Amino acid sequence: MLTGVIEFRIDRRSGVSTYVQIVQQVRQAMRLGLLNPGDRLPSAREVVEATTVNPNTVLKAYRELEREGLVEARRGLGTFVTTSLSSEATTGDDAPLRRELAGWMGRAREGGLVVEDVDALYSAVRDEHYPAEERP
Amino acid sequence: MNPLSATAVGKRYRTRWALRECSFAVPEGKVVALVGPNGAGKSTLLRMAAGLVRPTTGELRTFDTPTDGRTHPDVSFLAQDRPLYRDLTVRELTRACAAMNDRWSADRVREVLGLLAGVDRDAKVDTLSAGARTQVAIAMALGRLPRLLLLDEPLSDLDPLARDETLRIIMTEVADRGTTVVVSSHLLSDLREVCDHLLLVDGGRVQVDGDIEEVLAEHRVLVGPVADESAVGGTLISATRTGRQSTLLLRGAGRAPEGWAGTEPDLESLVMGYLRASRERRLR
Repeated sequence: MLTGVIEFRIDRRSGVSTYVQIVQQVRQAMRLGLLNPGDRLPSAREVVEATTVNPNTVLKAYRELEREGLVEARRGLGTFVTTSLSSEATTGDDAPLRRELAGWMGRAREGGLVVEDVDALYSAVRDEHYPAEERP
Repeated sequence: MNPLSATAVGKRYRTRWALRECSFAVPEGKVVALVGPNGAGKSTLLRMAAGLVRPTTGELRTFDTPTDGRTHPDVSFLAQDRPLYRDLTVRELTRACAAMNDRWSADRVREVLGLLAGVDRDAKVDTLSAGARTQVAIAMALGRLPRLLLLDEPLSDLDPLARDETLRIIMTEVADRGTTVVVSSHLLSDLREVCDHLLLVDGGRVQVDGDIEEVLAEHRVLVGPVADESAVGGTLISATRTGRQSTLLLRGAGRAPEGWAGTEPDLESLVMGYLRASRERRLR
């Protein structure tokens, strides 16, 4: 039997619904190239075994991903990724942009910045380059 | 066909009405949280659905058949006191349940008990921890291969680990067989993560009945000046007020008027709002 390639981490205190967390984590894994076309998402049963959630919620999240055209349910087989969201810029540990960010992060840490400082800097620079009103 | 539906159901014990005018329908395949404070009528409702109590007024149906003093073959019910033959071992209990039920899957019971790491089949039921006893009782309930599973406070007096394991057994059943589940608790926090439908009962009446996301989307919490509530639309469920500020829970409120801030409530504050309103009505 095929085993799923990713595992969901549901944060119960985040205030974000389980359904949204699953959708976001699949998209994120696709962007990072951890999920590629042909990969099978974990079945509702597998998700329930790993983390106690309602299987109906898992299936609902998969239906949403299907509506977005990212995955496809095949009867009796499971739900499979159909498209790629990753690009050379985001895939793999040695992608150039990722390497540059890793270098920056290393210097921040050496410079004594704590995680809140890093997050604040990152979101400030991100918002300069990607103004909220221009985001989809 | 709804696994469970009620039409104007009422139940009177001597002079006290435990339930009044309850109407609702549970959609197939849902995990329903039956929530309400102690004494709200949750147990009466579940016992009625299991055919153990007859309604005084109205009609309760399971799989479109009136529950006329008998448990529908597709229904399994676990009572709050988890009645088990405590002198038997788990193995003997399993055999006894097999003999008492027309439809019985020994495989299913073995599978569910197999999910439980710490249960010794040769231990007497009496010697098991509260958590293990609950889980064994649920395994027996699943042996009937139910299409509707009714669980009365299955999580009370369980430690967090046993609670998680118990919910996992129930969720695995939903994943494997698409079973409809109605599970009661006086603590919403026990069920928030695993249910998709809310049935809120208080004072013997159904206060909220619906798909949780739809129910939340129907409601708004509006915060604004206490002097200017006339501009607010929708049905007021409950309100808290200080000298200057009003916090209102409303159904069908639409857009927040000028000077007011509106958000969608979370499930906790929605339930609290309805319970507060229901208590105030009773005290009036």
